Amino acid sequence: MIAIQTDNLTKKYKDKYAVNALNLSVKQGELFALLGVNGAGKTTTIKMLSCLVKPTSGDAQVFGNSIISNSIKVKELTNVSPQETAVAPNLTVRENLEFIARIYGADKNVATEKANASIASFGLSKIADDRAKILSGGWQRRLSIAMALISEPQLLFLDEPTLGLDVLARRELWGVINGLKGKVTMILTTHYLEEAVSLSDRIGIMANGELKEVGTADELMDKKGAKNFEDAFIAIAGEGVATV
Amino acid sequence: MKTVAFASRNSKEIIRDRINLAFGIGFPVVLLLLLTAIQKNVPVELFVIDQLIPGIAVFGLSFIALFSGTLIAKDRASSLMARLFASPLTARDFIFGYTLPLLPMAIIQVAVCYAVAGLLGLRMTPNILLAMIVAIPSAILFIAIGLLCGSLFNDKQVGGVCGALLTNLSAWLSGTWFDLELVGGTFKRIANLLPFSHAVNAGRAALAGNYHQVLPHLWWVIGYAVITLAVAIIVFTRKMSSDNQ
Repeated sequence: MIAIQTDNLTKKYKDKYAVNALNLSVKQGELFALLGVNGAGKTTTIKMLSCLVKPTSGDAQVFGNSIISNSIKVKELTNVSPQETAVAPNLTVRENLEFIARIYGADKNVATEKANASIASFGLSKIADDRAKILSGGWQRRLSIAMALISEPQLLFLDEPTLGLDVLARRELWGVINGLKGKVTMILTTHYLEEAVSLSDRIGIMANGELKEVGTADELMDKKGAKNFEDAFIAIAGEGVATV
Repeated sequence: MKTVAFASRNSKEIIRDRINLAFGIGFPVVLLLLLTAIQKNVPVELFVIDQLIPGIAVFGLSFIALFSGTLIAKDRASSLMARLFASPLTARDFIFGYTLPLLPMAIIQVAVCYAVAGLLGLRMTPNILLAMIVAIPSAILFIAIGLLCGSLFNDKQVGGVCGALLTNLSAWLSGTWFDLELVGGTFKRIANLLPFSHAVNAGRAALAGNYHQVLPHLWWVIGYAVITLAVAIIVFTRKMSSDNQ
């Protein structure tokens, strides 16, 4: 089944295309990494697919629902782990989880059950009754992803989920994300190329608002005759920049 | 359900901020105690309790604008807002979620002020209940001002606009600290064009049992509350879209 199908998805700010005629297909259960240098159009693409920003033209179907004409249904099926940690600072870990479960439609009892399950599966028991604002960056990020998953989304957007985390915390999160593969369709944006290679099924590289190449890490390296993925990425995303 | 969940989160965020509680309830009460103590030591009628308390109640409500404005501005600056905008919450959920929890807080704040006034000698009559009901449009006005400021400014600017400017405006132009008739002129005309003195006078009339004088003042407050709330909703809804562009 196709999870995401975009049709000439475009976002234009005045005369500049942030995303230009994006045509992309992502299968259900796939972890698709979207790479590109700053300003390539990754975050704008995620914002359009998660119904935060309306496209200038084109459309996208998320599990068959248009992001323009059926955005509420799309929002019910998706969840987002934003670039920065997105938690309610004065709520406890448990309250944060229950809060998100409830705004996605769970009643109080179901929200409590879901929060308990989430606390157990994300190893949050020790800090369950601590307020989010006193947690370390790594714990906050873990909570942020747990909040994104508590609504049991069919599609999860992970916008630079490991940005600013230390190596150990990053590896822990990789473990969490790997555990979700096959169960949840994920769109991952990251600047860490090894993260994309390690976690994703397929990689799309964007530059200047356009999707330049799509394939597995090996396919992209073969295509560019590159020895490693970084060289392949530079050849695709940084054309003209690498030779300066 | 979604609105209730969001409103509940907002209540907790506000209540768990101790500075909010100190200013929201503590400061008006301290002011009430201080001015009553001054009144006991001066030979003229400056701060008579039944004239003072409706003004203190309105002054205290101005902090509600600060609470709501700060919460909204902080949320807008955080990634949490992106998460909430990407959720099935609608514009209506956001507006009710931000405004509804503040109404009971405002009523509790007014009740605490009147209870302390009772301890300081205010005669306990059923009119106190009416005076508290009369304060509700003022509460809605200040909540709307908070929604508007939180939509337009960052949290530091909200602190300046609501915490300094609004609290001073509502204090000086309300006739709480001095009789506007004594100042007269342009000052009085400006004060009468704004809702604060009307809010205080409606409370004073209710407390004194001069029921026929309540509504003429209260209409001013209701008018300002309705217009400000409408503008705040429009601005907030527009900012919801533009913040994510």
